[in-house]
Amino acid sequence: MAVNFLIPGPLREFAGNRSDVRTSGQARSVNEALAMLWRECPGLRDRVVTELGEVRPHVNIFVDGDSIRYIGGLEAPVRDGAEIVILPALSGG
Amino acid sequence: MPDARHVSPKSGDALLLVGTMKGLFLFRADKGRAKWEMGGPYFPGFAVYAAAFDSRAGRHRLWAGPQSMHWGGVLRASDDFGHTWTNPEEANIKFPAETGAALKQIWQIVPGRDSERDTLYAGVEPAAVFVSHDAGETWSLNEGLWNHPQRPRWEPGGGGLCLHTILLDPERPGQMRIAVSTAGMYVTEDGGATWRPSNKGVRAQFLPDKYPEFGQCVHKVVQSKQKPDRMFLQNHWGLYRSDDRGESWTDVANGVPSDFGFAIAAHPRNPDQAWIVPLESDEFRCTPEGKLRVYATRDGGQRWEAMTGGLPQSDAFETVLRDGMAVDAFDPAGVFFGTRSGKLFGSADEGRSWTSIADGLPPIVAVKTAIVP
Repeated sequence: MAVNFLIPGPLREFAGNRSDVRTSGQARSVNEALAMLWRECPGLRDRVVTELGEVRPHVNIFVDGDSIRYIGGLEAPVRDGAEIVILPALSGG
Repeated sequence: MPDARHVSPKSGDALLLVGTMKGLFLFRADKGRAKWEMGGPYFPGFAVYAAAFDSRAGRHRLWAGPQSMHWGGVLRASDDFGHTWTNPEEANIKFPAETGAALKQIWQIVPGRDSERDTLYAGVEPAAVFVSHDAGETWSLNEGLWNHPQRPRWEPGGGGLCLHTILLDPERPGQMRIAVSTAGMYVTEDGGATWRPSNKGVRAQFLPDKYPEFGQCVHKVVQSKQKPDRMFLQNHWGLYRSDDRGESWTDVANGVPSDFGFAIAAHPRNPDQAWIVPLESDEFRCTPEGKLRVYATRDGGQRWEAMTGGLPQSDAFETVLRDGMAVDAFDPAGVFFGTRSGKLFGSADEGRSWTSIADGLPPIVAVKTAIVP
């Protein structure tokens, strides 16, 4: 299966300056899809998740338009051909 | 994002590393310290609480711990005064999985002693010390402090449970002191294997037991390099001196408008001399009476004198945070501080007169000095 990740601007230096990264392999969940992304772009991992493997509090991940906060978190299912968007949350000061 | 300006420091120049809530700035001046050039902002949008200059072993290495609200933080280094910075793919400061902890903020970077020239220490939130013995390539958690039996009773202060102070004893290689808000000061005498609290005489205004063994909200501690028995401590209410390397503390808030404050800095040579910036109270953390006053002692805290020349003395409700003041090693010593409103002041004559170095920076959280070798 294939999953297409959209990479936010501040993190593209860890994705070979690409705005999207297409990964292939077996992934039933967001967690497993992210693991494919980390293999392809290892520098993204510690920017998106903490050392506990939790998505950073001010980072949002959307699967086919739905925030994973509301569809099962990192265990949310992922379909073949899914688009996963990583975005900074609206926060700051 | 703004393009960073760069400075080109030369041997003998003075450096100021100024960490702000929105990036790092680097200032340089000749040893007269009258005219400053500014470089930066580096890491725009990142909070930089920790910065250091490592000049051991022929290095000219800047260190910074920029923290993104979104993407976390890593330690980054520059060997060309900010033109380029490392950006490791894998975060270099990470809690081991078995701790169940995640890094929130890097608060302090301290190069090791001259005798351990590839060693660096980092203080972080949640309160912990990380150590590197390979010039910052890899880091490991100090397990002795992390597993301290008193840790479950440490409580976070307003800045989180942060380990904000690391003092390497200048004469005793196995000794190191750290301070945590809110846990107090701890000392190790065996190179970090075991730690014990060292807060005798320090008040905990906010606890029923005003003088507990630990649990004080120590804001900053400094130690004399010339006479390491002499230390000063700015507490969350309380200004203290120690003459026995922190084994006991004496209240020396003599003649200051408030004994609440964050910043304290020690003279590089004279153990009797130190500077503070008192704030009105923990409810109103601003300079009292709208006057921006640095107070200095030259007699170990028996008296404190307001040093106000060149500083605003009306409508100046400023805040100087715990790492917001630093002293350089020139003679006479330079004293520098930054405010939460982004004003950077400096004195090249030990506080007798002050000039504005920058006005309009983002909120300043750290000021560090160095001399380029």
